[in-house]
Amino acid sequence: MPFLKLLWRNAFRHRLRACLTILGITIAILAFGMLRTVISAWYAGVDASSASRLVTRNAISLIFPLPISYKDRIRQVEGVKVVSYGNWFGGIYIDEKNFFANFAVDMESYLKLYPEFILPADQFAAALRDRKGCVAGRKLVERFGWKIGDSIVLKGTIFPGNWEFVLRGIYRGKDKTTDESQMFFHWDYLNETVKKIIPRRADQAGFYMIGVTNPSQAADVATSIDRSFRNSLAETMTETEKAFALGFISMTEAIVIAIRLVSYVVIIIIMAVVANTMAMTARERLGEYAVFKTLGFGGLHIAGLIFGESLVISMTGCAIGIALTYPAAAAFADAMSQYFPIFNVDIRTIYMDVAAAFVVGVVAAIFPTWRAVRIRIADGLRQIG
Amino acid sequence: MADETTPIVRIRNLSKAYRRGSQLIPVLEDISFDIPEGEFLALMGPSGSGKSTLLNLLAGIDKADTGSIRVGGVEITTLDETELARWRAVNVGFIFQFYNLIPVLTAFENVELPLLLTRLSKRERRAHAETALRVVGLADRMDHYPGQLSGGQQQRVAIARAVVTDPAILVADEPTGDLDRHSAGEILTLMDRLNRESGKTVIMVTHDPRAADKARSIRHLEKGLLTDAIS
Repeated sequence: MPFLKLLWRNAFRHRLRACLTILGITIAILAFGMLRTVISAWYAGVDASSASRLVTRNAISLIFPLPISYKDRIRQVEGVKVVSYGNWFGGIYIDEKNFFANFAVDMESYLKLYPEFILPADQFAAALRDRKGCVAGRKLVERFGWKIGDSIVLKGTIFPGNWEFVLRGIYRGKDKTTDESQMFFHWDYLNETVKKIIPRRADQAGFYMIGVTNPSQAADVATSIDRSFRNSLAETMTETEKAFALGFISMTEAIVIAIRLVSYVVIIIIMAVVANTMAMTARERLGEYAVFKTLGFGGLHIAGLIFGESLVISMTGCAIGIALTYPAAAAFADAMSQYFPIFNVDIRTIYMDVAAAFVVGVVAAIFPTWRAVRIRIADGLRQIG
Repeated sequence: MADETTPIVRIRNLSKAYRRGSQLIPVLEDISFDIPEGEFLALMGPSGSGKSTLLNLLAGIDKADTGSIRVGGVEITTLDETELARWRAVNVGFIFQFYNLIPVLTAFENVELPLLLTRLSKRERRAHAETALRVVGLADRMDHYPGQLSGGQQQRVAIARAVVTDPAILVADEPTGDLDRHSAGEILTLMDRLNRESGKTVIMVTHDPRAADKARSIRHLEKGLLTDAIS
């Protein structure tokens, strides 16, 4: 294909200029990809949520608990299959910088609701047997070098004191969207201890996690649950796990919007850089385009040459940027695992990278093409010599 | 097919002016003449006399303000840009002062370029381009880039590119203007050979009286007017 050959050779005619432009695009695509992955990571909990799970919490706020007696009433609601419950524990391991999510849950029912947490049967049984037993995700265990049988002490923030646990199980995620950085222990252990030290806070759950028999009826089940507790001392608010997760994200929406805007600004800046390169290139080659026209090549051919060259440059930068996004994301995930337990480069991010680079290539070529196509042959030829 | 009495180029009352700001500067005024088929014509005149403009007009790369240009029976002043581009690709071969080769293409690829607009297969294009390069004596330089060739060799590649589609007319704008005397002589000999042996009508703009000597007829332009004719 002589034209493709020509596009490629034209693109690298000024090697330094082309390489610097490609470097700029590479950095822009890398930055764009990383920022989009940060946004994806923000929504990871939403993506990982199940349509068959509901979350019931206090209607006033998540920080207000619900009586544990609600468990049996919820179970009686039609369409409810499994009811579990738990509390956000918020314990600190050695130092605050070692943050990870830790929950007190009714372990048997809770893990039944999360088939994506894969736990060997013997470890599950051991965790159930041991009142102080806990289960932790693979990434968390690797992060702190824990082993089965290790004693783990968390300093309580919501529930004061030092809390000792024994690691009885290590779960793996079903796929890479599963959070492997959480820790679960027995709600009974928490409740029994709270009864002794702060009795007024005993027998209360922070949330109920509910499995429904039919996901399509989840909305009706949620309404039925909330109706059951209407006009009670602790009214409930039940929503799908996805809506619950989105509620959390909405609290930080400004940050997400800012990151999204920055990602677009990066693309707009590189668009200006590539447009400048293409404008310079086309200006230098007006004489050549005039020669092409003289030989009988039409405006479409000239446009093809300029658009093609612009796309060769932008897509080369894009390919390198995408190739670098994966190791960069892996390094970022390692360094920031406590903040982003799931940090995977989504295929949609790659599609957006490609689309952004394509748009950059096309937009950058519009003005130079318009100029080259419009120039009179005689004027173009006059620029040679 | 035109016979010997039918001119291949027929120009009537041709005028062209350029606009500079609000001023209209006439470049060609009421030019009328014929160029017979198989002619080797030199257009001479001082700088600014309008000879390159005339060449551009009859080669279909510029538009006249008024008048008629019939080339091979086609009135080219009525063709639009797309039609003109197609017409040029088939009927006219161009030779420029500065060769105007594409620097990132080899000699072979430069010569093949006009053939990309034809329906020829890759193999046929190769055969045509190789033949054209053989005709200009550069069969052994096919894979060289323009930067690796001397000025004379580059101009020969440009001539091969001009003839590869077998056009009836070759237009040359100062084809020896950038060459030393020896290379210029070779180029003129080559053009003369193409005119005599292949029957190409050659229309050449030149300042150089030695180049004009190779032509069979000379036309002089001065201030946009044809001043005399020597055959």
